[in-house]
Amino acid sequence: MAKFNKKKGSDVPAVSTASLPDIIFILLFFFMTVTTMKDNTLMVENTLPNASEVKKLEKKDRVIYIYVGKPSREYQKVFGTEPKIQLNDKFASVSEVGDYILEERAKKPQELQNVLTTALKVDKDANMGLISDIKQELRKVNALKVNYTTYEGDAFRNLQ
Amino acid sequence: MADIAFLLLIFFLVTTTIETDAGLDRMLPPIEPPDEDVVIKQKNIFTVNINKNGQLLVEEELMDLKKLRQAAVDFLDNGGAPQGTPEYCSYCKGKRNPDSSDNPQKAIISLKNDRETKYGTYITVQNELVGAYNDLRNREAQRLYGRDFTEMEAEYLNPETPSKIRDDLKDKVQKIQDLFPQKLSEAETSTNN
Repeated sequence: MAKFNKKKGSDVPAVSTASLPDIIFILLFFFMTVTTMKDNTLMVENTLPNASEVKKLEKKDRVIYIYVGKPSREYQKVFGTEPKIQLNDKFASVSEVGDYILEERAKKPQELQNVLTTALKVDKDANMGLISDIKQELRKVNALKVNYTTYEGDAFRNLQ
Repeated sequence: MADIAFLLLIFFLVTTTIETDAGLDRMLPPIEPPDEDVVIKQKNIFTVNINKNGQLLVEEELMDLKKLRQAAVDFLDNGGAPQGTPEYCSYCKGKRNPDSSDNPQKAIISLKNDRETKYGTYITVQNELVGAYNDLRNREAQRLYGRDFTEMEAEYLNPETPSKIRDDLKDKVQKIQDLFPQKLSEAETSTNN
């Protein structure tokens, strides 16, 4: 340790580190509370498009997620490169979407069953045909509230 | 003590993903067709077609995506019904062209896309159309209440807002929504061309 000699001999006390654990604990508790472990491992490429007129999806317990996109690289050998639907942890066909929604809806508490939102997390390179099919399935099971999940940003960046 | 806390802290720091999902909210039409057929005048419909290359056909004319928002605002805000009729729109500031929409309550935007349209393009178009509604609603909210509609709506939807303020906002949000109701119809996708 270098020693600094101050000629004037002013006695500035060293900063006390006694409160350091407390500060660290506060930070720790903050991060512990805001952490949400990811419950779905993504098996599809999922680069969401940008949009500027977004609304926040507030309550997580009222949301059912559907992922759509090209299978990720490790699955491409088996499933090809055409965009596919991912429900929970496996690939699914369009006809399974309706059952999945009904199943998820039945898991939720009674009072939430009518206010559920379906969040569509769709890769921006997916084709609309598949999305239209999903929307048609959603209409069949009366899950009419959808949210096209996007990043917040300039919508015209999607076109490049 | 501090070391263990540090270790835990670093672990949670690394694993944390503070994700608040955001996106465009839309309502799908119910699958049962309405009981009676509604007759809608052609001039009250604003058709937007997206082809597979992402080009836009708006009211039978090719249009640049950047101009779509203004075109939609012009259409919704037109207020073509003549003064004195019950359909007259007193707050519209448009051109009052009799060949365009009568009033915002009647005006419908019809969006059609090809099966091969890219999702990104579709979202951009949706974003512009929602943006057109938001622009008009913000204008009316500024005029009536001196603040933006989007801001009011966000506060209303935020669960942390006290219920007293929310009750007050509910009426205002509802009123603005009634002035410019979002009527965005999506036909089934076409497969041809």
